[in-house]
Amino acid sequence: MITLTHYLTVAAILFVLGVLGIFLNRRNVILMLMAIELILLAVNINLVAFSAFLGDLAGQVMAMFVLTVAAAEAAIGLAILVIFFRRRGSIAVDDVNRMRG
Amino acid sequence: MAIKLIVFLPMLAAIVAGLGGRWIGNFAAKLITTGALFVGMALSWPIFIGFFTGGYEGWVEPVMLWIASGDLTVEWGLRVDTLTAVMLVVVTTVSALVHLYSWGYMAEDPGQPRFFAYLSLFTFAMLMLVTADNLVQMFFGWEGVGLASYLLIGFWYHKPSANAAALKAFVVNRVGDFGFSLGIFATFLVFGTVSIPAILEAAPGMAGSTIGFAGMRVDTMTLICILLFIGAMGKSAQLGLHTWLPDAMEGPTPVSALIHAATMVTAGVFMVCRLSPMFEVSATALALVTFVGAATAFFAATIGTAQNDIKRVIAYSTCSQLGYMFFAAGVGAYGAAMFHLFTHAFFKALLFLGAGSVIHAMHHEQDMRFYGGLRKQIPFTFWMMLIGTLAITGVGIYGVFGFAGFYSKDAILEAAWASGTVYGGVAFWLGAIAALLTSFYSWRLMFLTFWGKPRWASSEHVQHALHGEPDRPDEEHGDSAHDTGMPPEGSGGYHPHESPPTMLVPLGVLAFGSVVAGFVFSHFFLDSAGFWNGSIAFDDHLAHAMHEVPFLVKLSATIAMLIGLAVAWNNYIRRPEAASAFVAYFPGIHRFVLNKWYFDELYDYIFVRPSMWFGRLFWKGGDEGTIDRFGPHGAAYAVGVGNRLTARLQSGYLYSYALVMLLGLIAAASWVIWWSQ
Repeated sequence: MITLTHYLTVAAILFVLGVLGIFLNRRNVILMLMAIELILLAVNINLVAFSAFLGDLAGQVMAMFVLTVAAAEAAIGLAILVIFFRRRGSIAVDDVNRMRG
Repeated sequence: MAIKLIVFLPMLAAIVAGLGGRWIGNFAAKLITTGALFVGMALSWPIFIGFFTGGYEGWVEPVMLWIASGDLTVEWGLRVDTLTAVMLVVVTTVSALVHLYSWGYMAEDPGQPRFFAYLSLFTFAMLMLVTADNLVQMFFGWEGVGLASYLLIGFWYHKPSANAAALKAFVVNRVGDFGFSLGIFATFLVFGTVSIPAILEAAPGMAGSTIGFAGMRVDTMTLICILLFIGAMGKSAQLGLHTWLPDAMEGPTPVSALIHAATMVTAGVFMVCRLSPMFEVSATALALVTFVGAATAFFAATIGTAQNDIKRVIAYSTCSQLGYMFFAAGVGAYGAAMFHLFTHAFFKALLFLGAGSVIHAMHHEQDMRFYGGLRKQIPFTFWMMLIGTLAITGVGIYGVFGFAGFYSKDAILEAAWASGTVYGGVAFWLGAIAALLTSFYSWRLMFLTFWGKPRWASSEHVQHALHGEPDRPDEEHGDSAHDTGMPPEGSGGYHPHESPPTMLVPLGVLAFGSVVAGFVFSHFFLDSAGFWNGSIAFDDHLAHAMHEVPFLVKLSATIAMLIGLAVAWNNYIRRPEAASAFVAYFPGIHRFVLNKWYFDELYDYIFVRPSMWFGRLFWKGGDEGTIDRFGPHGAAYAVGVGNRLTARLQSGYLYSYALVMLLGLIAAASWVIWWSQ
């Protein structure tokens, strides 16, 4: 029997993977965008799981919204990335430090 | 109404000339201020004559309610009585003449509107002082003249010595004013009012009462009178607080004549006379007044004998004459004190303005050793100075006629003798010796300046004149004051020129006053209680006793004058080498006197240096070392250090920002979860 706990555990593992993907990845900004996607999907699993568990459709509606926003975000992120690459000639994360104080 | 015009016209003139001088120009500024003063003079004399002929009683002309706060009520009123009338004519006459004189003397100065505005401002403050109906108003005038004096001493403000002198005058006067203000506070505390008539009426009733002061029980009236007298000492440059007066000679000469000879410095004498019924209550205070006055008369006269700067000689002479006025007041002869004030105003202003004329002729050379033989070069100035000298030394034949100083100085010495007290006796002898010294230094001044051969060839100022360079009084020149030798004789081809008419007319008017003032007015000032009409404490008994003194006492001033004249003639005309021979024989005395009894050095050692030391301590240690260090500088330093620390967090790497964000989120979430349980 697959219970709510199983879903939540999978979601939590995916979430942590996503977070670590942001922190440990030093090479590629695309990987970072993918890690953010992963985090969002982990949250989506949570939303859907709770929705089914509580018998409330609002959670699934929310998941659809998150997917939409994630798609838009990915598009914008990639557009920024393209422009960034044109200007700097690199998309290595360690090179992106122009905000240093 | 006339009195309001007299008092407030100079104020209006000062405002117009001072604030608007730039737009209305030099000529208009001079015309307005001088005109206001001549109107004031024209209105003052009728008032004086009114009192003089007995037609007037005193009155008070209210201006407004000035201060009303709790028990303290100060009515601003202009008091006119005999005493005020005397001061009115002195102040307005000398001031008007000095204004006129300044047209010539200051003709080449770039700051003329400012100068005339200050002069008029001074006159306004002085008139406020002499018309004061209460002590607060008197204090206003008192501080006002102090301010004007400060501004005028430092008139040539780009000259460091003038700035220093102005500051010195201000600071030394603060000491006296502190006493004066304490005296006013004590008066209010004791009498509950500051109105002068009310105080004078209540004063005799306070005899014998005591008051706590500085942890002691002291006699009330003695305390108040001594505190007020300290104020008078500061303003009138009496022994101990006199050091500012000679330095005040850094100001332009008309200022010296008006402020530091004829009017402001006599404010102390005026105040003692105004409050004379109060001083009469305290014999101790009067004894102090007598002693300080007599000591100053003697002390300043000794210094006057050795100075080389023509203005300084006259400055010490003023100091000495003020001493006479004070000891006259101290022995109870207030009439004689006021009489000497009156005559002194004429002849001392005359001497100062005459000295100014000489300085003008000599291209701002002030050292008498560089004069000589000027009698033929500037004859009018010579004759006027001669009249002034005859007046100050008190030349006259008893019972026939005498110059102004003859009557007033004789009266003071007679009063000192006639008072019969120990202090009076001391004052008489010191005064008689001072009269001898007065005669000596006055004739020394005359002989050095007007007799002998020209000695100005080596004067730096005259050198400038010969080479066509502009020589302004505000230039610094090497001072060889400690060199006692005379410069070589010779005119160097320079010919002194007589001053313009605007400078000579005031000399003539003042000379006229110096000749007749004593003869015409002596009877009224000295013998007539009706003339004073209660405005000063008049002692009929003393007035009679003054006529009963031994004949030798009556002649004492004349004898002293003749001896002084003879010594001066011997030392500077007959055997010019005698003076330097004396100096060579008694170098100690000469140095002591030349250095003004080392008062400046003493004060420097006792007051100036410790205060500088304290000032430096508080500046370096307190202000910079503590407040600045832990205050503004410390805060700025802490912010800088904090900045460097936080800037390290701004790595610019996205992942570290994300980490911080996550940690913060976790912390916030944990906190909420923890708290909700």
